[in-house]
Amino acid sequence: MISETNFGYVADLLRRETAMLCERGKEYLVEARLLPLARQAGDPDVDRYVDRLRTDGRERARAVDALTINETSWFRDLAPYQAFTDNVLPQLLSSRAHTRHLDIWSAACSSGQEAYSIAMLLDEALPAGWTARIHATDVSPSMLERVRTGRYSQVEMNRGMPATRLVKYFQRVGSEWEIVPSLRSMVTVAPLNLAAPFPPMPTFDVVLLRNVLIYFDQTTKRDILARVSRTISPDGFLFLGSTETTLDLDDAWVRETTGPAGRVVVHRPRAGMAAATRPAGAASSAGIASPTTASTANQLPTTLRTGA
Amino acid sequence: MHALIIDDSRTMRSILKRIVHELGFETTEAANGQEALDVLEAGLQADLCLIDWNMPLMDGYTFVTRVRADQRWRNLTLMMVTTESEHSQIVRALAAGAHEYVIKPFTAEAIVEKLELLGLHAKEVPA
Repeated sequence: MISETNFGYVADLLRRETAMLCERGKEYLVEARLLPLARQAGDPDVDRYVDRLRTDGRERARAVDALTINETSWFRDLAPYQAFTDNVLPQLLSSRAHTRHLDIWSAACSSGQEAYSIAMLLDEALPAGWTARIHATDVSPSMLERVRTGRYSQVEMNRGMPATRLVKYFQRVGSEWEIVPSLRSMVTVAPLNLAAPFPPMPTFDVVLLRNVLIYFDQTTKRDILARVSRTISPDGFLFLGSTETTLDLDDAWVRETTGPAGRVVVHRPRAGMAAATRPAGAASSAGIASPTTASTANQLPTTLRTGA
Repeated sequence: MHALIIDDSRTMRSILKRIVHELGFETTEAANGQEALDVLEAGLQADLCLIDWNMPLMDGYTFVTRVRADQRWRNLTLMMVTTESEHSQIVRALAAGAHEYVIKPFTAEAIVEKLELLGLHAKEVPA
């Protein structure tokens, strides 16, 4: 098992690069994620590999990448997606009837299951003449590349993908499944570190920030929520993970229960405290998007990481 | 809730049995489609069938078509669990009346999530 000193180094590295917490008890995770990289680098064990990280910036970036990857599934937890289709979307179809366009942010998209799950729901539910852009961002370059490619292994496809949607939205390519071009074109991919200042982005109708705040300390959580509140429309919707909340973190949000049996909590900007009150100058940089500027996120800096 | 596990591999039946047991299902096993039909004909009140495709005597696809053709089993949920992974095979199984499709190899979470999609879990599934 990784030594205490080296685990401390990795935890500090992760906190410095991504603000993510890696607390004691996660030694097994660090070991599991870094061992394949150690082998590739020719090191006999993870301790020797961590020694390498201290002097090799390129390898450090690879290690951070490997440590920030999270397992995910299609339509994860199901109920939030039902709430999106049954409750959130009807409200947006009414309130956005003048623009007939939606901007949605999958804020820690990992390998893209969340972004493409939403794309499927929109494909099935958006009336003719409407457009939608899903902005998928993540701190991990390798994950973003996977989203761009839109290819998934058989094991990944088994994780929550309904068979009817599998045959409708995927083509078999060798031993993998590839998302159909019409769906892939709805998703824009860009690197973004949630813990760093956000680049100019559209104003979002829906932000999906699910199961990611748990990795940050309280101060960083507050900071992220405050900055998210300035990217979301005053009548927009924020989805967090089922165990996450804005309670006691940021009073710019109002919590509403919705979805099946009222089990889903969506967070709405409190009137007068969100996008409408963003600091002077930020409104223009926020680049409130029309459908034709939906590729704005592509113009983000190539990386927002520091020190990697 | 009762699951009928249909697979000619004893090991696979054992794996699936363990997974659905943890969800609170009782189980019955069958080594092929014909054996499964016999069990249903004998009056087993199953809620769910987990069905391999390639089996001796009667394959899983034929089993699905036979079950769907009989009104007595109209409420029975059918999920294929098979190595058959071609797009056209999945389309064929769905058209025949299968509700869901899992391709081997799979993880326990995959089965749990599929059953949740189908609204089938005998006890609360952990998030």
